[in-house]
Amino acid sequence: MSALGILPTVGVERTPPSVLRNTMTIAQRELREAVRSRWFLLYTLAFAVLGLAVSFVSASGSGGSGLSGFGRTTAGLVNIVLLVVPLMALTAGAASIASDRERGMLSYVFAQPVWRLEVLLGKYIGLAASLLASLSLGLGACAVILAWKGIAARPASIVWLTGLSFALALGMLSVGMLISALARKASVAVGTAIFVWLILVFVSDLALMAGTVALRLRIEELFLLSLLNPLQVFKMWTLHGVDATLDVLGPAGLYASEEYGARLHVMFGAFMLAWVVLPLSAAAAMLSRRSPL
Amino acid sequence: MIRIENIAMRFGKTAAVNGVSLHLDSGDSVALWGANGAGKTTLIRCVLGLLRYRGRITLGGHDVRRHGKRARLLVGYVPQEIGFYDDLGVAEAVRFFGRLKGLSHADAGATLDRVGLHGHEHKRIRELSGGMKQRLALAIALLGDPAVLVLDEVTASLDAVGRGEFLALLEQLSGMGRTLLFASHRIEEVASLAKRVAVLEHGRLKEVVPCGDFAARIARNAVLHLSIAAPIRKRAVELLSAEGLAPQLNGAGLLVPVAPEHKAVPFRILADAHIPVDDFELVSHEHAARIGTERMPEEDRP
Repeated sequence: MSALGILPTVGVERTPPSVLRNTMTIAQRELREAVRSRWFLLYTLAFAVLGLAVSFVSASGSGGSGLSGFGRTTAGLVNIVLLVVPLMALTAGAASIASDRERGMLSYVFAQPVWRLEVLLGKYIGLAASLLASLSLGLGACAVILAWKGIAARPASIVWLTGLSFALALGMLSVGMLISALARKASVAVGTAIFVWLILVFVSDLALMAGTVALRLRIEELFLLSLLNPLQVFKMWTLHGVDATLDVLGPAGLYASEEYGARLHVMFGAFMLAWVVLPLSAAAAMLSRRSPL
Repeated sequence: MIRIENIAMRFGKTAAVNGVSLHLDSGDSVALWGANGAGKTTLIRCVLGLLRYRGRITLGGHDVRRHGKRARLLVGYVPQEIGFYDDLGVAEAVRFFGRLKGLSHADAGATLDRVGLHGHEHKRIRELSGGMKQRLALAIALLGDPAVLVLDEVTASLDAVGRGEFLALLEQLSGMGRTLLFASHRIEEVASLAKRVAVLEHGRLKEVVPCGDFAARIARNAVLHLSIAAPIRKRAVELLSAEGLAPQLNGAGLLVPVAPEHKAVPFRILADAHIPVDDFELVSHEHAARIGTERMPEEDRP
């Protein structure tokens, strides 16, 4: 043994760790870092406070019914989710790879016995778990308040909303990670993510309305175009799940309910899945081709 | 152990590495030597599979491009500077990278003992100095006792004391059957660690020479880099010039070309004039040419 206590046993060939093991190692580290970070605390707090405010105001109002049986509280929460969840997921995903690249950590991790896909999936799973925790805490707090106030909002609605919020978060996280894989700097990635959020939340609706008027879109075209926005898919799928009809969305909703009926679940699920899989696949392709420097 | 065959790598239109071939047997130790932009770091990154290249690189018979994970399992890598996750604990970092290297329970304490970081297990990485971070990177590189160590200018960001300590540590670790490939522009590092020196120039491998021959060549043709406090630098230049030397000012001190048998002369002249020398190093002409302009402040530039 040397003075440093190192046994001269170099070069004993070992088996590389499995894909699952490496992925979970990275996921655990990512989850730990996310939970320690300020954004996680901030978003969870903001989400819970906004959700509680909506729950409280709704509970003080008509008593939880209305909107064709779709709880007023749940409708309020949908709007909160539409604003907060995409922002959380996009920025979390955007910061993940780009910040590692910026500080030289990405190339250091890639110099270890790992595949780049393992790093991407590990980061994705870790961040997804942190988002799920954040959503569960926020929406869970709202559910507790609703129960405490004796509101007859269906618990199934809250569970359905939480599940779809998580699906939306996964899709937005994929988009965020694609942005992160493309950007060289974390600041650029996060800025781009916020820009994408603004487009999805505000601009796309306006563009769709303008397009409908200017191009005289037919109702089916309007419906299909709206499916390209994951936020619209989330909104329609949530409403469809708790109410079966989409008449609160106007003519496009009525058309969708009549035309597709129960197949809407499959349709919405397929579009949401595409928003998860396609950007993440593109991020994997980018990461495997591009230099990590 | 390491076979680099006709490697070419470009950044846009610039050939960073061009047609480089180099073979290292088990236990061999090769220093990559060359000016900035010569291709040292690029070649190391190709060996690690970080950059896309043409040609073929194998580590222990495993193709880096096709079986990168298995090939990198044989390697411990220490970069020039690493931006560890600041919030990570020191022991936590060791365990994390240990798991990535397939070690179920990396003994963080023993690993840190190896590199003189005993007692720092519970610190956050942000609490470590630059030298300590490099030691941590070395500890991580040594996890699983890899057959190959790849070091990329590992002392470049350290001060003189940290550099000396780190080099002493590397010297103790070398000669244990490991294959060592490292980039450096410090002759003392090369002389201590390398058996052979691969000289790179503009991305091409110019020559591979035994370390002894290379060190002798450098010694015949060396420059002293003296660290002297700014207010007395011009006075030092005057004194050395008056003695027939050709000192040149730069941002951190003076560069003085010296004959191999007269390396102590500048020290004697400056000591006689009570001008203290804070630190010194012997560098090559190529390195001196680089740092002569890199570190020179505006007011000192010609």
